[in-house]
Amino acid sequence: MTSRPTVKRAGGRGNARRLTPYFLIAPAIILELLIHILPMIVGVWMSFVGLTQAFIANWSTAPWKGLSSYKLALDFSSPIGNSFLHSFEVTCLYTVLVVGCAWFLGMSAALVLHRNFRGRGFFRTLFLVPYAMPIYTGIMTWSFMLQRDNGLVNHVLKSLGLTNGDSFWLIGSNAFWSMVIIAVWRSWPFAFLMLLAGLQNIPDDVYDAASVDGAGIWKQIRYITMPALRPVNLVMVLMLFLWTFNDFNTPFVLFGAQPPKSADIISVHIYGASFVNWDFGFGSAMSVLLLAFLLVVTGAYLLIFNRRSRRA
Amino acid sequence: MKTRLIPALVVAAMVASTAACGGSSGSGSSDGGGGDSGSGTTLTYWASNQGSSIDVDKKVLGPELKKFEKQTGIKVDLQVIGWPDLLNKILAATSSGKGPDVLNIGNTWAPSLQATGAFLPFDSSALTAIGGKSKFVPASFATGGVKGKDPTSVPLYSLVYGLYYNKKMFAEAGLKPPTTWEELQTDARKLTDADKGTYGMAMEGGSYTESVHFSFIFGQQHGADPFDSSGKPNFTSPGMVAGVKQYVDLMSNKVVNPSSVQYKNGPEAPGDFAKGKAAMLMSQNNADNTLVADGMKTSEYGVVAIPAPTGKKDTASFVAGINMSVFKNTKHKDAALKFVKFMTSPAEQKILDVPFAALPVNAGATPNFTKNAAEAKTFQNILATKAVPLPLVANESQYETNVGNAVNQLIAQAATGKAPSESDIKAALQQAQDKMASAG
Repeated sequence: MTSRPTVKRAGGRGNARRLTPYFLIAPAIILELLIHILPMIVGVWMSFVGLTQAFIANWSTAPWKGLSSYKLALDFSSPIGNSFLHSFEVTCLYTVLVVGCAWFLGMSAALVLHRNFRGRGFFRTLFLVPYAMPIYTGIMTWSFMLQRDNGLVNHVLKSLGLTNGDSFWLIGSNAFWSMVIIAVWRSWPFAFLMLLAGLQNIPDDVYDAASVDGAGIWKQIRYITMPALRPVNLVMVLMLFLWTFNDFNTPFVLFGAQPPKSADIISVHIYGASFVNWDFGFGSAMSVLLLAFLLVVTGAYLLIFNRRSRRA
Repeated sequence: MKTRLIPALVVAAMVASTAACGGSSGSGSSDGGGGDSGSGTTLTYWASNQGSSIDVDKKVLGPELKKFEKQTGIKVDLQVIGWPDLLNKILAATSSGKGPDVLNIGNTWAPSLQATGAFLPFDSSALTAIGGKSKFVPASFATGGVKGKDPTSVPLYSLVYGLYYNKKMFAEAGLKPPTTWEELQTDARKLTDADKGTYGMAMEGGSYTESVHFSFIFGQQHGADPFDSSGKPNFTSPGMVAGVKQYVDLMSNKVVNPSSVQYKNGPEAPGDFAKGKAAMLMSQNNADNTLVADGMKTSEYGVVAIPAPTGKKDTASFVAGINMSVFKNTKHKDAALKFVKFMTSPAEQKILDVPFAALPVNAGATPNFTKNAAEAKTFQNILATKAVPLPLVANESQYETNVGNAVNQLIAQAATGKAPSESDIKAALQQAQDKMASAG
């Protein structure tokens, strides 16, 4: 009899302990539902209805269109589907180049600045400037520098005797390369920061032992640094891939809502369908296709590399 | 107990605050205890940016709104919105149903925004409340919505295109202002000296709005309408192609600075003209503000109507301008109509037309946006006899963006050295038309 109240109290405490984590994550879950999941569900619904200007004042009256927006986007023989495909291809090329270059530059800088030398702190700070600068300010500065008549880029190229100084950097095919360079400039400090942090977790003893065994710098990088950085690389490349594939700021600030064809990457393409042509249903269908693609790629990436990691 | 209570309270507070956010009114209008049209009402007004900056607009409109408050007791909460954001803000307000009471719109958006059903139709009683249809210039009033329906906007500021020319440069070259498009082309060639950085014509080559405006005006000169009688896009007719070619050829013929293909913000082309880097400029009459700000005196330039090719229709502009609309779900309809009446009254027009360099929207009113009487007369004449509205169809704004951007790409092609052929132009217009079709 006397032990009962003690048991009750213990049960109460146990329940509280069991429920506390749920209470703690509840705000995050609620906000995630409201900010991400709910709009996503609404977006999927929008992709099945003909939500155009005539219905935006009362969404519920928009006619049901079923899969016709998806069919339109995926009919690559039609001009609309073809331009969606073109935009997808441009985005893939943009992503591969930006992620590849950002990783290479970040890795190189991290390897150099990992070693102790005079002025290391200065270079570390300098390299982080693009990452610390507000995105819009950075891209707008680039857009001034890339102007034809009074842009710094043409001025420097002309001074060096490389061009006549009359190249266009923001129209035609050069627009794509300008966009890639700016995105790399903006992204590589992140790769640098992550990889530098990763490098600092590798004990110096391992390198010392490898040196004693006669391993040169390249062998050390190949057999010690790269395998040790694998977990960092796995996450970082995925994050860079997702950010770059969904990049909106770079093309939008550089070119506005209607970029040149060479720089028509998918996020701006979808924006154009929704906010230029006011066809929110079709824009949503393309967004859902993009989401599905990114889910598949991310899932496959994690599956493949996690398996390899487990095997290793 | 405490362990359970604290998280529960936190969650409850979060939910409550989120719900409160969802339930708050975004309208910004409030009834300060007064009646619909009486003292104490506060209207929210979204004004478009008409002056050289948003601050300038606030300074211009502020005293007028105070005057309105003094006359009626109705307070107006002013928000001046920049052009790049205005349409999207209107769309968001339309979608959420929480917008201002009264707002300015680009008059070419009027039919598209009418189709959303978000704006109050100006039926006969609403028109009577703002002073009647007859007080407006008919050409400007016609931009208020599609034909056959009550308009959902009324004109506030009128603008038209004219051909500005630099008097000194023309005199030095022994030229007179052109009266045909062929003369304009010949003059432009004579006035171009690329080595010295001077060109015959200034162009806002990256602006999709300018591109579609000139494609439309020149298409009209060739007798082409972008939409057929049933409202379907017809962008690839020979007249449309010829109209686009007429505009793009200015770049192909190198009478325009190739760098101007990147001009898209508004003041760059007038800036080139004001600084003597270009001898001619095709612009709306509110360019006066920019020219003066860039140091050009009104006596240094002249204005004539943009000429048509010999034997073609003498259309020199479309009816540009700013209209005023009232949100349908305003709680202060009468007060809103009173405000529209005030802003479109001859007395206010006379005041506002000066800083905003606009033509009056009132029938019979004399333009006072410039002290140059010849310029004022030219623009008034263009509005009265040589201007037609842009297509009054529901998907007009899509037409503007799709055709405008297609023409921008063609200008870019011309600037980089490959003059677009007629078939290039037709293909670009076909693609713009296909995009319209997808939007349904």
